[in-house]
Amino acid sequence: MKHILKPLAVATATAIGLTGAALAQDQIRIGVSYPTPTHAWAAGMNWHAEQAEVRLEALHPNIDLILVNSPDPASQASALEDLVSIHQIDALVILPFESEPLTDPVIQVRETGALITVVDRGLSQPGIEDIYVAGNNPELGRVSAEYMMTRLGEGDNIVILRGIPTTIDNERFDAFMETIEGSGINVLDSEFANWNRDDGFEVMQDFLSRFPDIDAVWAQDDDIAIGVVAALEQAGRDGDGMFVVGGAGMKETIRAIMDGNELVPVDVLYPPAMIATAMDVTVAAFTSNGPVSGRYILGATLITQENAADFYFPDSPF
Amino acid sequence: MTELSTPAASKSRTLVLDLKAAGPFVALTILVVIGYLLNPAFLSEGNLTNLLTRSAFIGVIAVGATFVITTGGIDLSVGSMAAVISGMMIIVMNSALETFGAGLTTVFIGCGCSIVLGLGAGLINGLLTTKGKIEAFIVTLGTMGIFRSLVTYFADGGTLSLDFAIRGTYRPVYYGSVLGLPVPVWVFIFVAICGWFLMNRTAFGRYCTAIGSNESVAKYSAIKVDRIKTLTYVIQGFCVSLATIVYVPRLGSASASTGVLWELEAIAAVIIGGTVLKGGYGRIGGTIIGALILTVIGNILNFTDLISNYLNGTMQGLIIIIAVWLQRGEWGRGKTTKT
Repeated sequence: MKHILKPLAVATATAIGLTGAALAQDQIRIGVSYPTPTHAWAAGMNWHAEQAEVRLEALHPNIDLILVNSPDPASQASALEDLVSIHQIDALVILPFESEPLTDPVIQVRETGALITVVDRGLSQPGIEDIYVAGNNPELGRVSAEYMMTRLGEGDNIVILRGIPTTIDNERFDAFMETIEGSGINVLDSEFANWNRDDGFEVMQDFLSRFPDIDAVWAQDDDIAIGVVAALEQAGRDGDGMFVVGGAGMKETIRAIMDGNELVPVDVLYPPAMIATAMDVTVAAFTSNGPVSGRYILGATLITQENAADFYFPDSPF
Repeated sequence: MTELSTPAASKSRTLVLDLKAAGPFVALTILVVIGYLLNPAFLSEGNLTNLLTRSAFIGVIAVGATFVITTGGIDLSVGSMAAVISGMMIIVMNSALETFGAGLTTVFIGCGCSIVLGLGAGLINGLLTTKGKIEAFIVTLGTMGIFRSLVTYFADGGTLSLDFAIRGTYRPVYYGSVLGLPVPVWVFIFVAICGWFLMNRTAFGRYCTAIGSNESVAKYSAIKVDRIKTLTYVIQGFCVSLATIVYVPRLGSASASTGVLWELEAIAAVIIGGTVLKGGYGRIGGTIIGALILTVIGNILNFTDLISNYLNGTMQGLIIIIAVWLQRGEWGRGKTTKT
């Protein structure tokens, strides 16, 4: 069935493509495909994509951005087919739901001659994409550890709340441990808190019952950090220079940093706005006179009171 | 199963009942001893208070689930229901803030909203099951998905947060203490006593057991089966709303990840406690112990680094199975049961 339909689809696509091209000579169509939000970070990512669409289309009248979000890998694959057959996209920006099931559909899009930009989650085969934009998980661990080392020294105790057992979590955790090695800071224990406020609260309560002397907490994630802070306040152990380092860049956390919160003095960026960066770079591939293809690994910037305003988006859901 | 266990119960009724009653308690005691041996801080006052407070959510929901399961039903929607009720409470209180200020009125409006929603959601589950003649598993699987996606929709995929002005007023409902015990523990105790009374000392409780044992016989015995079954779902909804009322002030937020898998924890607590999954036999006291066992397992795993974190799920699974085996196993019951 698929084999019979495919040549047909290609034929129609070419036919429409010809008329389309005749109508709008230099209209450049860029498809942007990403998952429907299932958690707050992804909701922020969706919001930033919509913001970037408005901004880029106002800036470049000949650029048409088509945003599609999909609730699961299968519908994302269908969305890619639609982007090719209905919109005849010249470029695709994709944040894959999962690497494995979307590798082949993206190759199909590439075969139509479209420029491919992959965001955050890499595909399972190398060399498919022209542009790769991603956050930096090991860097997030390293930057967090370096901040810890500026505040703590020999014999100080920390506890770590990890995310969900995944590659992302391992990369962050391993880089953190590697960086603080030899600094004399004791990691009392680490437990999974599943990037979740409730688990962050309960795991931290147990750490507090178990260890009478904790100097700092690496929560790795802003949601976990909210639970950790609630547990610290409940136990009355939020003073004496205790501090919590989260990660991601949630707006409430950044707001608190701007206001000089001592318990959560910094945050480490893993920006949901990376989709906007990817859209900018992809548009630049059509508008810039410089080369654009390549890998863009975003920094895991340490957000402090001084630079917090640059990362504060009060209207974003995250 | 029913035909098998009834003659066994009549032969050595006292022995079987004792074991059923003691099983979960023995398991809990063993866990507490293990916890203490791993780290004496396990029995510190702070940790015990944390444990009791934490088990209050699942415990209160599980008391409701005991009624549903005893009548042979099941409610898979409780976790999602808790999430959507939390979300609605936060939205309602945030919007009431402008009119009524950050005082008790706003908090009461929020709690009232929670109870109305809980009773309503329970009624929908109950009526669809009884009047709609759809299996409870399917009805509540459906409402589980609906409630979960509604909270995601209300939160715009992100997190709903309670206004900080109201948090100050509402905070004591989770963090406050009365006579040395945190408020959620009192709620848990109150719900447990009411539930025990309802199950063991009223006609309603006997009807639940009768329907769960044999629905047709119950119907011929002039029990209003549909009404009783619907009521159990309404009680379940009410319990969820009570749990939500003490849950919201803890972190003041609700998102798509709120209450995930609470339904399975509640069902596990009920079964660990000795209630039979297919209905006909319900024990509120056991459910309370079951909820405590589940919380203690998580707590102990956080208290030790002897076991790889990746194996937490394995330990939980093993302990749950062993706890149920302690009360259901053939050991100690004699060989008469087999025949």
